Amino acid sequence: MKTIAEIESIRKEKREELDLRVNLKSNAVEKHILVCRGTGCTSSKSPKIIENFRRIIEEKGIKNVRVVQTGCFGLCAKGPIVIIRPEETFYAHVTPEDCEEIIQSHICEGKKVERLLCKDVNGEIVKKLDDLNFYKKQKRIALKNCGVIDPEQIDEYIAFDGYKALEKVLTSMKPDEVIDVISKSGLRGRGGAGFPTGKKWSFAKNEKSDQKYVICNADEGDPGAFMDRSILEGDPNCVLEAMAIAGYAIGANQGYIYVRAEYPIAVDRLKIAINQAREYGLLGKNIFNSGFDFDIDIRLGAGAFVCGEETALLESIEGKRGQPRVKPPYPASQGLFGKPTIINNVETLANVTKIILNGADWFASIGTENSKGTKVFALGGNVNNVGLVEVPMGTTLREIVFDIGGGIPNGRKFKAAQTGGPSGGCIPAEHLDTPIDYESLSSIGSMMGSGGLIVMDDSKCMVDIARFYLDFTVSESCGKCTPCRIGTKRMLEILTRMCEGKGEADDLYKLELLANSIKKSAICGLGQTAPNPVLSTMKYFKDEYIEHVSYNMCRAGQCKELCEITIDPQKCKGCGLCKRNCPVHAISGEPKQVHKIDQDLCIKCGTCVDKCPFKAISK
Amino acid sequence: MEQKCVCDKIKKEMKKILEKYPKEKDRLIAILNDVQERFGYIPKQAQLEISDYLSIPMAEIYGVITFYSRFTLAPKGKYNISVCLGTACFVKGAKSLLDRAQEKLKIKPGEVTPDGKFSIDDVRCVGACGLAPVFMVNDEVYGNATVKKLDEVIDKYASEE
Repeated sequence: MKTIAEIESIRKEKREELDLRVNLKSNAVEKHILVCRGTGCTSSKSPKIIENFRRIIEEKGIKNVRVVQTGCFGLCAKGPIVIIRPEETFYAHVTPEDCEEIIQSHICEGKKVERLLCKDVNGEIVKKLDDLNFYKKQKRIALKNCGVIDPEQIDEYIAFDGYKALEKVLTSMKPDEVIDVISKSGLRGRGGAGFPTGKKWSFAKNEKSDQKYVICNADEGDPGAFMDRSILEGDPNCVLEAMAIAGYAIGANQGYIYVRAEYPIAVDRLKIAINQAREYGLLGKNIFNSGFDFDIDIRLGAGAFVCGEETALLESIEGKRGQPRVKPPYPASQGLFGKPTIINNVETLANVTKIILNGADWFASIGTENSKGTKVFALGGNVNNVGLVEVPMGTTLREIVFDIGGGIPNGRKFKAAQTGGPSGGCIPAEHLDTPIDYESLSSIGSMMGSGGLIVMDDSKCMVDIARFYLDFTVSESCGKCTPCRIGTKRMLEILTRMCEGKGEADDLYKLELLANSIKKSAICGLGQTAPNPVLSTMKYFKDEYIEHVSYNMCRAGQCKELCEITIDPQKCKGCGLCKRNCPVHAISGEPKQVHKIDQDLCIKCGTCVDKCPFKAISK
Repeated sequence: MEQKCVCDKIKKEMKKILEKYPKEKDRLIAILNDVQERFGYIPKQAQLEISDYLSIPMAEIYGVITFYSRFTLAPKGKYNISVCLGTACFVKGAKSLLDRAQEKLKIKPGEVTPDGKFSIDDVRCVGACGLAPVFMVNDEVYGNATVKKLDEVIDKYASEE
């Protein structure tokens, strides 16, 4: 248990020690080798890299160099990433075998290892982190500490103003004042629907009850989205601190974090953070001697997308099947175990501490009129810089995809961007200049969602994409209400037959009718938004639907039943590259003779199309 | 006789697992997660033990197990191949990986080969979107995957004892 003065002295001491992490001009004699330990880099062997660095440093007896594991730097496409501070040297695609060279050349001899330096989209070497276009337009609030601190050391979090907001709240603010600041800041829920956070808190505060709960929704089920995971992996303490602040504001003493069991690293870091916070007395009884008690427990999900819906999540924490409840009553009056409860998303909470410290006006000055602050997106799919980006609200899609994301690889064209996952829609090129905020996205048929942003190039079939999302919703529908359980299944059947070339004339009409009825009649958010991917693709890519139904044609060549892969005899030189690479041996032909594809064997994987050096093969 | 042996073993293990939890109904999912991790599936005997311990009917436990995709009622293969079908992987061609795995091993997602060596899962997002498309064999992640790489990996494990 530490007093305010003791925490303050840890903060001062550590801040000085870690100054070189954020201060480029630092004169520190020490060097810190930061290695990303987010899920992406971890799966490409970053733990081994850390181990090697530490071993080599010890063997060589090098002083003043520290190897630090951090959360996600954001640029996952370049992983595993190693950054050396204070000079901010950015090494990309590092392997465990490269460690020796980096230590010898960079640390011992002061020469950067040229071949490992990160290159931008144009192939130019990036000297420093900030030189990368990827970072220039970003503004990091929620991700402030990700990639800077070691998430398993609470002292490092404290060094960068950690637990200062909680101290401020407990020593100098009344619960109503806290809610007032959050309301004035304009913070809205980052989980998808965008409900004003301050309002949610005040509803729960006004309920009279002997017991209330604060829940952090970390059930990030949206495929292709990993914002919340990265925050939990890179800066778990900021979520704990915000939950304690929320607890103080509404009068709750117990918090739960509902996190996916599929995120083992995030779960481990949370456990470590909770234990360290308890040890320091930042969680538990009588925090900062203020008389306020607050503790947090972790509850694991078990793989059900619908549990991201707040009432389904409550059922799941109670140990039941995760089926949504009928609202009202809302969780703010009858939530977990029937008690008043607030449920906030990870990213929402990650903003809270910064708002308390910097003030509501500061936060409200960022973003657009009705959407304040920043939004974190998981940028993925057919884009050069796959990774995690945080931009002010109001940034356009074009800036994200082309400036930050570095455009579309392989010389292909932008076709659509999908936001909001299975609940969102596809945004076509004509809306690339729409400033992103809650209202503008829903006005063009999509939604903010939790922040997955998948870019698609012109090789994607939009009917197939709609089918993919419906397939997801059908398998994730909980089965409680009929429109979602049966309606989405019927929609999937229609889409599947379109993709197989068996579409019927009135299918388009049926699809639209079904979609609109499900939207109106399903009981929870999952069902109500399930038709969105279909409706938005039907709106912007209607031609493709008509082609599938009326002409048995798929212009992108994705629907296997509707396309054939053929070799142009004029262009084929008989090099045999396609034959050697075909996984099912469907291609035959003698060297220097025109090759042929056996259509019965061909699985249309497209490997030969990519491999042919003469562009003789096409879908 | 052998059957009884297995049951006893499960009972013993279950005792160790259940001891960690208070007898509160809301702990059911946490316990099931533990059991799934320990055995690779949720044996009937384990369900019986949980039912006794938490005083929850077997039917209700079965309902919870079948609701969540992480829980399975039968063991997986020695090498479980999970192909990620998250959106980022999907737009980069993960479907052809899944098709290929099914074709090669002649089983569908959720099934196990007759020799118990392989099983296939289609999973939604393993979180390594930067490496898309991705497949996993047990806990090992293979990023930037191609049909060819998948073939090689399966062949490698198939030749192992």
